[in-house]
Amino acid sequence: MPEATEKPARSKDSVSNTLIVAVALSLVCSVLVASTAILLKPVQQRNEELYRQQIILDVAGLYEPGGNIDTLFENIETRMVDLASGKYTDLVSAENFDAIATAKDPELGVAISVDADIANIRQRARFAPVYLVRKDGEIDQIILPVYGSGLWSTMYGFLSLAPDGSTVLGLRFYEHAETPGLGDQIDKPDWRGKWPGKQVFGVGEQPQIEVIRGFVDESVDSAIHQVDGLSGATLTGRGVTNLLRYWTGPEGFGPYLAEIRGVAGND
Amino acid sequence: MTDSNRKVLIDPLVDNNPVLLQVLGICSALAVTTSLLPALLMCVALTSVTTLANGTISSIRHHIPNNIRIIVQMTIIASFVILVDQILRAYAFETSKQLSVFVGLIITNCIVLGRAEAFAMKNNVRMSLLDGLGNGLGYSVILIIVATFRELLGAGTLFGSQILPLVSDGGWYPANGLMLLPPSAFFIIGLLIWAVRTWKPKQVEHADYQIHEVHRTEVL
Repeated sequence: MPEATEKPARSKDSVSNTLIVAVALSLVCSVLVASTAILLKPVQQRNEELYRQQIILDVAGLYEPGGNIDTLFENIETRMVDLASGKYTDLVSAENFDAIATAKDPELGVAISVDADIANIRQRARFAPVYLVRKDGEIDQIILPVYGSGLWSTMYGFLSLAPDGSTVLGLRFYEHAETPGLGDQIDKPDWRGKWPGKQVFGVGEQPQIEVIRGFVDESVDSAIHQVDGLSGATLTGRGVTNLLRYWTGPEGFGPYLAEIRGVAGND
Repeated sequence: MTDSNRKVLIDPLVDNNPVLLQVLGICSALAVTTSLLPALLMCVALTSVTTLANGTISSIRHHIPNNIRIIVQMTIIASFVILVDQILRAYAFETSKQLSVFVGLIITNCIVLGRAEAFAMKNNVRMSLLDGLGNGLGYSVILIIVATFRELLGAGTLFGSQILPLVSDGGWYPANGLMLLPPSAFFIIGLLIWAVRTWKPKQVEHADYQIHEVHRTEVL
């Protein structure tokens, strides 16, 4: 690097030089930062995409460490669902679909009324992707993206259901900022292991699934809908309950799941 | 390499270690040292930022007006931190997720601004680069030592591979959960400071005050 020549001190501290240095530095730095961000964006988006696919494979139980995610993901069919009607739609592409950004779009998003907004997310997209895992041509698992507020943060996850549209096969959160050591247990294998086999729906249309306080009493009838709470994370657990009930309820995937379960929809 | 160059590079490793002697950069030393891999990545990130920032600031030091010098330094440091953060997100995605905000927080790491203001503003580019590299390595040495202890004793692993078989998996080693919590980093850094100051008594600070014994018979 060429060594800068010694300048007399007063010119360095003059107002004009101060302005010149400030403007030049801002320009150089902003060009540097902006061009890095733009150049690396495709690689970063690809990483995000792979990460999301890996989580979906993981909740489906198909992920093999070190396996090629693209190849593994070929077993999974992505479809877009119109949430209000519960029907598949081709109006929007599943590729690069961003539920959060779409929710804010005046055309493609809807505001959620305060009463219905149990997951505390204020608005949602009119469409949502579902991931269908097929085995021998038959649908084996239905994976739904879910999100909602916990104690501190919005928790993002995937819920995997059996083809009956009610039996939980897995629940996996991949992004949240709940209390370390307490609420963050929601993404630990121990707690995730408590979900498979639970029923989202009982009699009636409303989802019954619930994270309770303390341990589930297996002798009661409702035990099939209940999951042990996490001690010290009551509010995180309540958030999980709310977001699951929202997304499996009439505002979320309810109509879609009703179709699958073969029961009449709400309308 | 001349003697003075070598001194600038080697001194921060033990004799003038930014973490042990100056007790700077402790925040990240607590946060990212639960396992070795994120700690190592953090070291690489911080070392490159200090080196690049020192070099750049030194090369334009004759043009930086005195009254906005800190702003200029922070702008340069911040740009490099964003640069490093973006590169990590592109090429070390999983580990950078674990590091989360701490790469961004390198901006506020006292070591970086400290070296820019204390060294790069007064020395030539070559010396400044060496000084940045040396201080980055000094920080790295401590982080890696702390992370080694924490990961080994806390989870029985090193770089994720099992070294001590855990009781919970049928082995003999009961994992020490305290090691995974931030306070354990304080204990380890404290013990390291003790060890280094016993080895190099020159680093021991003089007491700020002396306690005089006061006897009851004296008139107070």
